[in-house]
Amino acid sequence: MTVAVPLAHAGHGAAGPAWLPLFPVAVLAGGYLLAAVRDPRGWDHRRTAAWLVGCALLALAVGPLAQTSGDPRGHMAQHLLLGMLAPLGLVLGAPVTLLLHVAPAPMRRLVGRLLRARPLHLLAHPVTAALLSTGGLALVLLTPLYAAAERHPALHHGVHLHYLAAGYLFAWSLAGPDPAPQRPALAVRVGALLTAAAGHAVLAKYLYAQAETLPPGLTDRDPEAFRSAAQLMYYGGDLAELLLAVALFATWYHCRRPRTRPSPPASIKRLASPRAEP
Amino acid sequence: MADLPLPSARTADVRSSILVGVLIGIAIMAAVDEIVFHQLLAWHHFYDRSTPSVALLSDGLLHAAEVIALVGGFFWFADLRRRGALSSRLAWGGFLLGAGGFQLFDGIVDHKVLRLHQIRYGVHLVPYDVVWNLAGAVLLLAGVAVVWWAGSRRPGGDPRAVRPDGGPR
Repeated sequence: MTVAVPLAHAGHGAAGPAWLPLFPVAVLAGGYLLAAVRDPRGWDHRRTAAWLVGCALLALAVGPLAQTSGDPRGHMAQHLLLGMLAPLGLVLGAPVTLLLHVAPAPMRRLVGRLLRARPLHLLAHPVTAALLSTGGLALVLLTPLYAAAERHPALHHGVHLHYLAAGYLFAWSLAGPDPAPQRPALAVRVGALLTAAAGHAVLAKYLYAQAETLPPGLTDRDPEAFRSAAQLMYYGGDLAELLLAVALFATWYHCRRPRTRPSPPASIKRLASPRAEP
Repeated sequence: MADLPLPSARTADVRSSILVGVLIGIAIMAAVDEIVFHQLLAWHHFYDRSTPSVALLSDGLLHAAEVIALVGGFFWFADLRRRGALSSRLAWGGFLLGAGGFQLFDGIVDHKVLRLHQIRYGVHLVPYDVVWNLAGAVLLLAGVAVVWWAGSRRPGGDPRAVRPDGGPR
């Protein structure tokens, strides 16, 4: 049984060289840049910057942080980057809009049909996305799944992919410039963000309190490391919630900007103002 | 847009102006409570063995709500300002109402009725509770005074003269 731990860590290496997970990230960044340069209407550089920040955070999570495998703090930082911070940058990069700008007509029709598909409406609802994202995290941390992912590299990568996909779905359902299938009313989105963030904070404190036994199924554990990982989760979750809230309300603020008849109200106000002064 | 005159009483949205102030006031007071008493003074702890699960849940919700209220409050404030529908006096009054109301609610309901947690542990609590709740009451009364004063400064001095929707149309 003593050889099991070194073997498990060798397993991470056996899945491929250390740079292999960086390859898809480079493809994401390169593909986006290529499309942005080709956009006939000219592409907003701020969106490109947001996408590249997202890609850089992804690279940080799957590159340097993956070398600390076995340390719960490294895992927690990976979860925060993959599931919460990187997806927000990617969503603000508006990749679907960019795709619709540069793709040929049949591809555009396909994307349009996909965005109108009913299963996607259900999947991209903020409540579903919150369940997948925070609920998925709870499932990993409160069940033997965490210990299993430590042993099996494929499951490990699968969990990371789920973090990223669910985080992207959640950020997209709440905010951002991309077309989304029927984003629900502001109150529903705020409620979903509130529930997800509260669930994340409660989960972090619960893990802190139960660091001796959670996540279950680990053979060698360092409760002190799990406690500091839980604190990292708590404060990192705060940061992610803050950024998501800013993105959500900024989207709302942008949608509410007065667009119709910009000049008449101004002139009316100018005429009305002398009367209003006491 | 910057040189627009101050919003007149006719266009100011009374209800929204007060509410946005209340929202920001509650959020700021909750943040101050968390930063000063939890982080700087460390009178409250990250987690206590004695923390009941209800407190864990309510803490998480409050913590998440405070961030959202703060961000949402400021964007709402910016939107009201942009539309010229903000009365800053009423918003200040609302701010004091929210801050004082939260302080008093925290001091009476959370600390004394539900006994979720106390201001400080291992000390004689009465002076802390008195100062805490008195400060809340003073803020609350100041808020009432500012809202009342802002209302009486409107043309005609009658708050009911302002349309509830606040819109000129």
